[in-house]
Amino acid sequence: MAKRIDVSGLSAYYGSHKAIDDISMTVEPRSVTAFIGPSGCGKSTFLRTLNRMHEVTPGGRVEGKVMLDDENLYGSSVDPVAVRRTVGMVFQRPNPFPTMSIFDNVAAGLRLNGSYRKNQLAEIVERSLRGANLWNEVKDRLNKPGSGLSGGQQQRLCIARAIAVEPDVLLMDEPCSALDPISTLAIEDLISELKERFTIVIVTHNMQQAARVSDRTAFFNLAAVGQPGKLIEIDETERIFANPSVQATEDYISGRFG
Amino acid sequence: MTSHTLRATRPAPPAPGGRPGLNQRRLPRWAPAATAAVSVALGIGIGLAAGLESRVQWGLIAALLFLAISYGVTSAVENRRQAKDRLATSVVWVCFLLAVVPLLSLIWVTLSRGVKVLDGYFLTHSMAGVPGFETGGGVYHALIGTLEQVGLATLVSAPIGLLTAVYLVEYGRGALARAVTFFVDVMTGIPSIVAGLFILSIMLIAGLQPSGLMGALALAILMVPVVVRSTEEMLKLVPNELREAALALGVPKWRVILKVVIPTAIGGITTGVMLAVARIAGETAPILLLVFGSQLINSNPFDGAQSSLPFYIWEQYRVGSEASYDRAWAAALVLIAFVMILNLVARGIARWKAPKTGR
Amino acid sequence: MATTTDNAPAPPVTGKRPGSTGRAGDKVFLGLSRGSGILLLVIMASIAVFLTYRASLALSRNEGNFLTTFDWNPAGDPPVFGIAVLLFGTVVSSIIAMVIAVPVAVGIALFISHYAPRRLAAPLAYVVDLLAAVPSIIYGIWGALFLVPYLEGLNLWLDDFLGWTYVFEKTQVGVARSLFTVGVLLAIMILPVVTSVSREVFRQVPRMNEEAALALGATRWEVIRLSVLPFGRSGVISASMLGLGRALGETMAVATVLSPSFVISLHLLNPGGGTFAQNIAAKFDEANELGRDALIASGLVLFVLTLLVNGAARLIIARRKEYSGANA
Repeated sequence: MAKRIDVSGLSAYYGSHKAIDDISMTVEPRSVTAFIGPSGCGKSTFLRTLNRMHEVTPGGRVEGKVMLDDENLYGSSVDPVAVRRTVGMVFQRPNPFPTMSIFDNVAAGLRLNGSYRKNQLAEIVERSLRGANLWNEVKDRLNKPGSGLSGGQQQRLCIARAIAVEPDVLLMDEPCSALDPISTLAIEDLISELKERFTIVIVTHNMQQAARVSDRTAFFNLAAVGQPGKLIEIDETERIFANPSVQATEDYISGRFG
Repeated sequence: MTSHTLRATRPAPPAPGGRPGLNQRRLPRWAPAATAAVSVALGIGIGLAAGLESRVQWGLIAALLFLAISYGVTSAVENRRQAKDRLATSVVWVCFLLAVVPLLSLIWVTLSRGVKVLDGYFLTHSMAGVPGFETGGGVYHALIGTLEQVGLATLVSAPIGLLTAVYLVEYGRGALARAVTFFVDVMTGIPSIVAGLFILSIMLIAGLQPSGLMGALALAILMVPVVVRSTEEMLKLVPNELREAALALGVPKWRVILKVVIPTAIGGITTGVMLAVARIAGETAPILLLVFGSQLINSNPFDGAQSSLPFYIWEQYRVGSEASYDRAWAAALVLIAFVMILNLVARGIARWKAPKTGR
Repeated sequence: MATTTDNAPAPPVTGKRPGSTGRAGDKVFLGLSRGSGILLLVIMASIAVFLTYRASLALSRNEGNFLTTFDWNPAGDPPVFGIAVLLFGTVVSSIIAMVIAVPVAVGIALFISHYAPRRLAAPLAYVVDLLAAVPSIIYGIWGALFLVPYLEGLNLWLDDFLGWTYVFEKTQVGVARSLFTVGVLLAIMILPVVTSVSREVFRQVPRMNEEAALALGATRWEVIRLSVLPFGRSGVISASMLGLGRALGETMAVATVLSPSFVISLHLLNPGGGTFAQNIAAKFDEANELGRDALIASGLVLFVLTLLVNGAARLIIARRKEYSGANA
């Protein structure tokens, strides 16, 4: 069940350092939203506030509201563990559990959340691996360690692991930056398929990638090094790339800085 | 199974039990502290009521109660996963507290009983002419013995250990290096008493008499593998670019090692040697077999029986009188202080001289 | 190392023809360092050879069965000595120590690496490392003078509640100078070492492995179960083996606490029993030459025992390597 994310007045800190300042935006369900911006502009930090991963970094703390449909992720009675089950995440470098087999990697999240019958588990694992376009490559070696796959396959394994628990939202933090062009293409294809079922937010350094996969694009920037990052604008991807309303966006996209 | 085009727009069947919402009942933040307080109170209460004398038992009762209550309350208010998480947290805390109590007690006892007779006199006099069960006497002869034996052991083992480590890191390929690596590991596990017996067997064969040197040789056997291991680690930290840069200038390999590699790692190497010294300084068993112990000052480690701090502690403990116990504790305090100072200085050097590894 | 002065470029480091000194120097240096390596092998070999030789002298004059005799009297006529009691005591006390120390040490290591407030964690790690350096003789006198009286209540308790298990039945009155107490003391002794090594391993778990678990909605305990423990398993095993090696060979702490006797009893709370190292320390003073050789023979068995433990640890670690996640 894809859900809408409504962020209002969100700031995040590392200790006393403010990393992002007063961000408000809406992320539409069943669409891909890309975050772009120069290094250090806080786009990854912002992404990590959307599933409360930011607060696991030492000194990390968040102010503001993130509504997932009608529930505030930062409400006082909300369990961050439950949030992360609802909002899945894929990381910059593929990180399958190194001691687990491919099957167990995909089943890991399911096993946390309840007990499944064996065939039920196998069914979900297969569906998730198919969903991640990985099934045909690994169906004969489900019991081999996940760390034996190539980088691109590992990343798709991580995506399979994330979608196996049927999250409402899927966050991707530069999912292709450690991959070769062919694997990148495979992941991008996958993203366009996945958006039929999930709300997807992707952070990317690669503007062509943002243009290729996303429906909406948010541009982040910072005034100077050491200053908090800010949301400059968010709009339809076509509009951002063709005719942005802010000068800085155009400068960044046309390669004048960043 | 048939084709991969089935790639699913259809929603998954709900997980068994259904997924709980984001909002769940949660225990307040002060819950663990309150649980702990209640358990401790109950532990003391039960201990008093049942007339248990030992406070060890009170503590154990309180610990078990704490685990049970926190699991019970959490699974009632929150859910089973949270309860397991809380249980794990509680177990980890209990482990920590369980371990801290005896270790703190050890330090405290040594300190409080050690200061009783520890003074200038104690440090500067031997046990000559002092019957074990009377007060008086000191630790000077043992201090001399320890310093000389440990010094000799370091003189023997530091060069061997260092060179072996250099061989393993800079030259070591093939069967010999593998064998050395393996046996260094094996040597790390040799009990000190076995090292002592080895030297003893040599003494029996060669007809040698006990002396500080014999003890030092046994200590050296214990020290070498520690030095090799730590030096190896440090040499491996030296970036290869540094070696290659020097070699590319046409400097012969041995000079690269002497002038570039070892100076870069010298801080860590020193730390390793000092930690090894601290480890062997407290060894008693080899001294027991090889140095024999003495009440008198013998500052010649090559001839005749000597004493050493750990041996002195053992000796005074065996006498079994109040006065000798006091001396044992005082010597223990001196020994701990010696070992701790070595440790602190060594770690200080490590921090100060640490190679910058871009972390 | 560019020289920015306007002097002539520095002469080659040695000032002589670098080629020849280099080659000769290299040879000498390689010879020295390889020689040290070989010396280590020679030492190891001679430990085995010398111990075996002296042990064989003793064994040839032993009128008892070395493996099964419950007595240690090499000065008697005929000389009789056997290691059965020592082997039993060594193994049992070490097992007790491991059973207590390993779980607790893993707990403390996790406490320091994952649970303790950050400001507490670093000093704690430091203190644990320092405690690992406390000499065993000090644990010994502390154990004998403080732990033993404190454990008496616990012993009675174990007897009351678990006496039906036979193992915890206390059939003799007397102070708690038993194998069980020795095991507890050994556990306390090896705790810092096992903790220190385990913590180091847990600390090295790649952050991204933990985040993978967190992002799936794992609780802290589940993060540890999914990513920390599997990654650290072989490290914990080698830490435990290190601890086991120390416990097996520990001399002074056992010698101070145990009241030795040459009996084998599974009533672990009864005073009595003995270990290899303790027996050597206790019998050495009064031993004649045959007595010393007999002690060397028992030391040889201890040596082999520790070698086996070490080898087993190495095998376990090697087998786990492909799953160690070191390449992640």
